[in-house]
Amino acid sequence: MRYALTRLGGMVLVLLIVAFCTFVVFYLVPSDPALLACGKPCTPENLALAREFMGFDEPWWQQFLTFLGGIFTGRTFGTGATAIHCAAPCFGYSFRQNTDVLELIGDRLPVTFSLAIGAAVLWVVAGVAIGVLAALRKDTWFDRVALAGSVIGVSAPVYLVGLLGILVLGFQLDVVPVGNYTAFADDPVRWAWGLVLPWCVLAFAHGAHYVKLTRSQMLETMSEDFIRTARAKGVPERTVVGKHALRNVLLPVVTLTGIEFGSLLGGAVITERVFSLPGLGGLLIEAVHNRDLPTLLGCTLFSGFLVVVANAVVDLSYGVLDPRARLT
Amino acid sequence: MSTPVARSVPAAIRSVLARDRWALAGTVTVVVIGLVAIFADVLTAIEGHDPYTYDATALDPATGLPAGSFGGISAEHWFGVEPLTGRDLFAIVVHGARTSFLIGLAATVVSIALGLLIGAAAGYLGGWADRVITWTADVFLGFPYLVFMIALGAVVPAEFPRALLLIVVIGFFGWPSTARIVRAQVLTLKDRNFVKAARVLGASPWQIFRTELLPNLWGPVLVMATLSVPGKIGLEAALSFLGVGVLPPTPSWGRSISAAIDWVQVDPVYLLIPGLALFAVTWGFNALGDGLRDALDPKSVTKR
Repeated sequence: MRYALTRLGGMVLVLLIVAFCTFVVFYLVPSDPALLACGKPCTPENLALAREFMGFDEPWWQQFLTFLGGIFTGRTFGTGATAIHCAAPCFGYSFRQNTDVLELIGDRLPVTFSLAIGAAVLWVVAGVAIGVLAALRKDTWFDRVALAGSVIGVSAPVYLVGLLGILVLGFQLDVVPVGNYTAFADDPVRWAWGLVLPWCVLAFAHGAHYVKLTRSQMLETMSEDFIRTARAKGVPERTVVGKHALRNVLLPVVTLTGIEFGSLLGGAVITERVFSLPGLGGLLIEAVHNRDLPTLLGCTLFSGFLVVVANAVVDLSYGVLDPRARLT
Repeated sequence: MSTPVARSVPAAIRSVLARDRWALAGTVTVVVIGLVAIFADVLTAIEGHDPYTYDATALDPATGLPAGSFGGISAEHWFGVEPLTGRDLFAIVVHGARTSFLIGLAATVVSIALGLLIGAAAGYLGGWADRVITWTADVFLGFPYLVFMIALGAVVPAEFPRALLLIVVIGFFGWPSTARIVRAQVLTLKDRNFVKAARVLGASPWQIFRTELLPNLWGPVLVMATLSVPGKIGLEAALSFLGVGVLPPTPSWGRSISAAIDWVQVDPVYLLIPGLALFAVTWGFNALGDGLRDALDPKSVTKR
């Protein structure tokens, strides 16, 4: 319990630091969102008005505090009839799109989550299974194919695999649909069918590491004394592998999953672009082209939050997998 | 316990290349593409095209596709031409190699240098310095850096040189993994007698780092550097692919692949050539790095 509480405190601290650094970087870079929003002709009075409206007239540290406050209590831009209210938790307000940033993120998040989580489940399960089998059948054709596949997966960029997948499976063989996303709520079957290729592509690119890791870990574990002891005791091989060995193998896999969460988001962003999925990646790229600073800041912070939370979950799950970790 | 690694780095490289044919193949690939990057101007001069000139005569006027089959591959255009612009694809790929290597290698130098200094400081100094550094590294490792880099690409003014920005940002986000490994190495090194002796003789931490620790770190650092180059090259390509990396018209493999999305059905050669180049470089560095690691670290058993 104390462990969980310390962990929670650390998490909040990390979030604050991430928010602070992101904020500073974005606001010290010379670019003025007010200038973009003030319209034409942009008179100095209009500009000052726009700055005041957006809250850019304050010193940066005060802006940061206002921003943080907005996350907890919401904030209001401007006064009187033209005021815009951004309800808590307020991650900023996009003046380009006239929308709450969190709302923009909320619109896109289901797509990115569908992609990322589906792919993650696929690659962890398939990666570990293939790695374990490859280790148990070391130096057979299965082992060689698995290793060759993982070498290709590690080296081939996800977008290249994706485009080749579209080219071969989508256009030439016409077995999977290309380029349409159906919301899960609308039609779960079409949702899954439309995401099959993106899932496989992302899982192939990320799962390769897991195959390599699981295989080497499994080989190491299977040569340890406690495995020999278990076998000598007459424990069935299935239990030796499934219970004694696998538990040791899963620890580094869980660690890797935690570390990879950030790059999973990155991978998802790229994969979305390849398959024209309307996810967070698309939102980011649009924001880049529109120079929509609040959206960029909001997206960066939000994904930072996601990663920190995911890492905390991974840390806590150690306790379940490894009794030794509960003591610290 | 296994035998300690007493072999020198050059000896390890030689033995890897002699015994491990995959590492050898990877090295050859890297060296060939590296030479291509260095002599890009010479190669394009021999072929007779540069990567910037539009050439409508190489295109099919009706569709904008390259004239001729296989993306317009001919004696005139060795790798064909880009659809819609008619720019020579060989010149683009060859100069793209230069972009990739420049940014990939320079970013690796930045991240390894940072990781080496920070990791050694954490391991050697210990105490609160160690705790702060380890904790910061953990935060950095999980940070969604790609999202951050995309956003940063938008706010940094266009006057700032793009290649430099990419080198600094990609290099900066790379230090934690290096620092972790260096820290672990230094933790075991600092209790060895030669380091203790230097300390007793009154050497400053910086002197100990330079003369006692650093010579023992070259092996792992070389492995880390080799294995992290492909990641850096891939990151540059990914950012360019997303439109926030190297700006046009500077050739970049990632941007060519991104442009190829719209043509993949009618002109797959346009996708395949920059794609294969990127794959070859990544694979080459990975194969070499894996081989080096197996040679320098007797504990690792990731044999193919």
